[in-house]
Formats: sequence, C-alpha cells, structure tokens
Amino acid sequence: MALSLRCFLRCGKNAVSAVRQRGFHRSVPAAAQVTVRDALNQAMDEEMERDERVFLMGEEVAQYDGAYKVSRGLWKKYGDKRVIDTPISEMGFAGIAVGSAMAGLRPICEFMTFNFSMQAIDQVINSAAKTYYMSAGLQAVPIVFRGPNGASAGVAAQHSQCFAAWYAHCPGLKVVSPWNAEDAKGLLKAAIRDDNPVVFLENELMYGVPFEMSEESQSKDFTIPIGKAKIERQGNHITMVSHSRFVGHCLDAAAVLAKDGIECEVINLRTIRPMDVESIEASVMKTNHLVTVEGGWPQFGVGAEICARIMEGPAFNYLDAPVTRVTGVDIPMPYAKILEDHSLPQIKDIIFSVKKTLNV
Amino acid sequence: MKAMLAIISNALCRITGKNVGARVVVSRSFTDFTPQATFDIKQCDLHRLEEGPPLKAELTREQGLQYYRTMQTVRRMELKADQLYKQKIIRGFCHLYDGQEACAAGIEAAINRSDHLITAYRAHGYTYTRGVTIKEILAELTGRKGGVAKGKGGSMHMYAPYFYGGNGIVGAQVPLGAGIALACRYQGNNQVCVTLYGDGAANQGQLFESFNMAALWKLPCIFICENNRYGMGTSVERASASTDYYKRGDFIPGLRVDGMDVLCVREAAKFAADYCRSGKGPIVMELQTYRYHGHSMSDPGVSYRTREEIQEVRSKNDPITVLKERLLSNNMASAEELKDIDVAIRKEVEDAAQFATSDPEPPLEQLCNHIFCNNPPVEVRGTNPWSKLQSVS
Repeated sequence: MALSLRCFLRCGKNAVSAVRQRGFHRSVPAAAQVTVRDALNQAMDEEMERDERVFLMGEEVAQYDGAYKVSRGLWKKYGDKRVIDTPISEMGFAGIAVGSAMAGLRPICEFMTFNFSMQAIDQVINSAAKTYYMSAGLQAVPIVFRGPNGASAGVAAQHSQCFAAWYAHCPGLKVVSPWNAEDAKGLLKAAIRDDNPVVFLENELMYGVPFEMSEESQSKDFTIPIGKAKIERQGNHITMVSHSRFVGHCLDAAAVLAKDGIECEVINLRTIRPMDVESIEASVMKTNHLVTVEGGWPQFGVGAEICARIMEGPAFNYLDAPVTRVTGVDIPMPYAKILEDHSLPQIKDIIFSVKKTLNV
Repeated sequence: MKAMLAIISNALCRITGKNVGARVVVSRSFTDFTPQATFDIKQCDLHRLEEGPPLKAELTREQGLQYYRTMQTVRRMELKADQLYKQKIIRGFCHLYDGQEACAAGIEAAINRSDHLITAYRAHGYTYTRGVTIKEILAELTGRKGGVAKGKGGSMHMYAPYFYGGNGIVGAQVPLGAGIALACRYQGNNQVCVTLYGDGAANQGQLFESFNMAALWKLPCIFICENNRYGMGTSVERASASTDYYKRGDFIPGLRVDGMDVLCVREAAKFAADYCRSGKGPIVMELQTYRYHGHSMSDPGVSYRTREEIQEVRSKNDPITVLKERLLSNNMASAEELKDIDVAIRKEVEDAAQFATSDPEPPLEQLCNHIFCNNPPVEVRGTNPWSKLQSVS
C-alpha cells in the first residue's frame, strides 16, 4: 500500500487527476475467480485509465483484441490513439516505443511472443536498458515490453524459447515473470508505474487458467513490488524455487510428496531480475536442500544463477546436498506431442529430483 | 573602440607633433554594415513534392554572425578533440564532424529549441547546437566528472533536453526518432522531431520500418540523411543500389539539399518543419555534405578517397568559408570582426580543453549509480563475491 502510494506520488505528475475518489467499494464478492488473461487486461485497463500517458502498441492488439485476447476491449474503450496496431516490424515498433518513452509517454510494447523480440533485442538492450546509465541519469526510459514467453503447446522450436535468462543477464532491465492472476495483475501494474524498462514475461498456457483473487488484489491501487519473491507453500524439508507456469507444477509435486511425508517449501520468484536471493537463502537455511525448476534451457539459465548465488552467500553452509536444477531439455523444442512432453519438466521429474536431492 | 583610437592618436599627434595617428586604421562603425541581405541559394531536388524551399534566403547581420560563431565553434571544438585524441587524453571512439558544420547550424536555425533532435555517433556538433557547453562536451570526451554525462557515456552518449544523443548502434536512432515524433503527435504539442542518419545507415532495414509507420500514422518526423559520401570506408556507390537517398522514403516526399551551405540547410529544414507541423506526416531530407576527417580517429581517411578530393572540398565548399565570403562581400561584417570572433572562440575552446584535462575523473563510488530511475538504492555485485557495491538512482 505504502509502495503504491509512493509510486502514485512519484508518477502522478501531469496526467493523474489530482483528486482520486476511492468512494465506495465495488460490490464484488470477497474473492473472485479471475483468469490470468483477465487479470492482465484489468491491469492495463486500470493503468490506462489512471494515466493518459500509458498506451499499448503491438501486432493485433487493437482491432483483433490481441492475438491471445489479452487486450480485449481496450481499443473499443480507448480508441486508436492509445491502442495501436503495428505492422509486422518488431525492430521498428520496439524502437518507436522506446523513443516515445524517452519523450514522455509510458508505452506498453507487446511482442506477440518473446521469440519475435529477438528481432528487436537491440532496441530493448542498447536503446532502453542502458540509456539511463549512459546518460548518467539524464534520460529515463519508462517502458514495459510484454508478451508470452517460453513453451506453448505444439508450436515447435522457433516459437517456444524462454528468454528469462537472456534478458535477466542485462543490467538496466527489470525482468518479471508472473505465475497466477494476482501476480499478473499486481506485477503488470507495478511494471507500468515503474520508471524503468521492464521485460514482462507471460505464459500462453496460463492465460486461460482461473485463480482466486483476494479482495485486496481487486483494488485499482493493488501492486506487487518488483524484486520480491513469494512463498506459496511453507515446508521444512526442501526448498523449491520456480517462476511462471512451473510454480504450479511445483505445488502439484509438493502435494504428492506430502503424502510421503516430505514437506516442500515452494517459492514463486515473481521477479527474475532483481532476484530476491534473500528469500531463497532464508528458506535454504531452514530446509537445507534446494531444487530449482524452470522451463528454460539449463546452460546459463535461471537455475544456474541461483546455484551460483547460493554458493556465494550464507546459505551454502546450510546445504546438506548440492543444489539440483530441473530444467527444460537442452534441445530445440520438438513438435510431436510425446517428444514435446518429454522436453519440459513434468511433475514426476520434479518429484524424482526432490527425492534424489533428499537421498530418499 | 576604433573611433576612440582615432581620437587618441589625433590627440597624441597634436601633443607630440608627430604623425603617429596616420598608422591607425579607423574602421567603419557598426552603422556602416548592411543589416540584411538576400542570397540566391541552390535549388533542391524534389521527390513527390510540387514545391520546394524558396530559392532565396534572407540573412540578417546578427544571424550571419551567429551562424558563423556556431560553425566556427564546432570546427575548433572538433579540431581540439582531434588534438586531445592524438595526445591520448581522449580514448575509444571519436567521430569528428568538421566539414559538416552547416548541417547542424542550419537545422538548429530552422527549428525551435523545444523541437526534438536525435542523431547517430557523429554527434558533437549537434550536442553543441542543442545547448551543451563546450566544456561539458570536451570533459565528457576526456571522461571526467564534469562531462555532460558525468563521464559515464563518452563521445557517443551525450544528452540534453530535447536532444536524445548520441547513439552508437547504426540506424537504431531512426525508430527512436519516429517514436519521439509519435509522442509529439500524441501530446498534440505541435513539435517535430529531427531524426538524423548517415548514408551508411540509410540501408538499415529498421529505417524502412520507421518510414512505413511514420507515414502510416502521419508522425511529425523529419528524417535527415547526412550524406557525406562514405559509410566508414565504403563509398555510397559501393553500398547502395540507389544513391538518391532523398527518394529512399518511397511514398514519403523528399528533398536533396546542398549541405555545405548553411542557408540552404536552414531554408530546407524550415520547409520540412512546416510540412510536418501542418500534419501532412513525415518528410525525408538528404543533406549532401562532407567530412574532412576519416570515419573516426582511427581512420586516416585517405585509403578510400584521395587527398585531392578532400582538398578540393576544403577550398571550394567549406561551409565556414562560404558564409564568411557572403558576409564580407556584402559588407555585413568586417574581416577584423570575424577574426576577433575566431580569437574569442579559440580561447573559449582552449579554456574548455583546460577544464577537460584538469577536471578529476568520476569518483569510484559512483560506478554503479544510475542503473535505475526513481528506485531505492540497490546492491550491485562487484568483480568478486565479496565486492558489494552501491547503486543509487
């Protein structure tokens, strides 16, 4: 609350109306079932309403309602000026979005999938991420790059890559990876209000999944701090760290393991960069065991970074076993279902890895 | 001043009885100068335009002196940078602008301070015309804390209000410029964005993506190609299937302009800015210009062109000489006056160089600052796990 108030005060400036009436609570049930897609939609809608500098651009975001319908209804409500369909020109429109951020707007630049962001990656890294540093604070770039990341279903090698490690490598960027609807809404609102370039990695397979959203998370002021992980499940025997879709897999694995008397602590990273290593360390110092779970490739990945950070910190001395990484298989994504299924961590892989780590 | 000297010398003559005063040249007073003149300027080649900029340019004495001062300052500043680079006080990349001064001076004369401008790495001239002091520019080149980017950016990364650098990746600044223009249109502020690129960058795909979107959305963007005939070591004939850079915008109207004549540049830029401000969308301008130095300080610049060619441009088309001759032959300024300006500029540049060589380097405590804007302080990993550095916004 305090953070969102600070954000509001900092970012308010020209565009936010001076008088904001909270008024009466909307009459909604205490908690509601909201899909990740709708949560993202609400986040963008609320932020566009709150600040007229915020606008959305990308392929099919306007008249098509979004390739994955994430921006449904926004063009109808806000019109051509604020929801812009672009031609298929990633490098061009990403650069245009960055330029508009430099000149005072707050763009949301959608990549239809992050695979296509590779065409524009120079604009994300060299024009957006590095500029505040190179200019010694003269030029900020308040932009959000969002879109689905990682594997979908049956879309094969060129459309299934996870870019978490690529973007999280670079100073000057914030990289966020929500799992559930609450994450999606709170983190996207925080990302839009952030004065820095944020890479917002969604997951296509999660768009349609409903989650319960607390009353608090339905507020128009609800934001989740970037850079803070969440403990989704408490446990004493082993720590599992994950992000995005695989948080759900970890929770499912934990439920199965609980029947064997193994209590897992599941940490949802929420933010890849800056990573909340402290939360992981605190947990490892309690459980003495760590398994990381991700969909991306193993080499130089998120799990690899976690291993290195744990080794460098106080938690190392509390480990009873080396850290285990559960990752996607180190191959381009195949098409055939049986092959695809075996290219990504399954629940049984997580269970197996936990037991191996615990030596049970 | 000179009138006073005449009076004094005459008085001395009377006192001493000697003909001392005969040698004092009494120059004309300011009221003798022509306050304003009209000059014929070269016609621009047009693409998809019925009419172009006017064929005559008006110049007041004040403007003439101002353009002269601006161009001479950029010239001397770049030559000083050359000197400092050879002394190894400036390091890394240094792309000098001498020869092209009329472009920067002419454009700035045509636009408002609150219009926007973005360029590539040959940026020192524009950094100056957009308002950064010589001191701050040279100190940035020498990597000192008094540099405009506190020594963090260097030659290619200098910024100022309404000036977006200084960009190192060839062509990347063009979509950025179109985006700045989008912000102008979005905010309805009647401002335009001047987006510069070179003949080399003119073949980048992202330019054509930007042209398409700028035309589609009628963005107030003036795309300007500074064609100095060589993209690094590759001549335009060897790089481009079409060297008519003013036509490369295809469906976007274009002008080809004599970039060595500050008045030509000014009139064309004015025309272009009016075009954009009227809501017609983007326009392309090609400025035919020339750089005396090589591509950068590590390029002698004579392996792909002849010294004769460079000398020919210097003697026939130097932008400062062209303006000077106009001012003198039309009695708009005197040779001494211009010489005084030269002397004053040399001193200013020398003082700035003095500052740039004596100012301390940025303190190590600031190494990690400015990673994020409006952020609480964060810890940054140093070169080893025990090195924990602080980053402040």
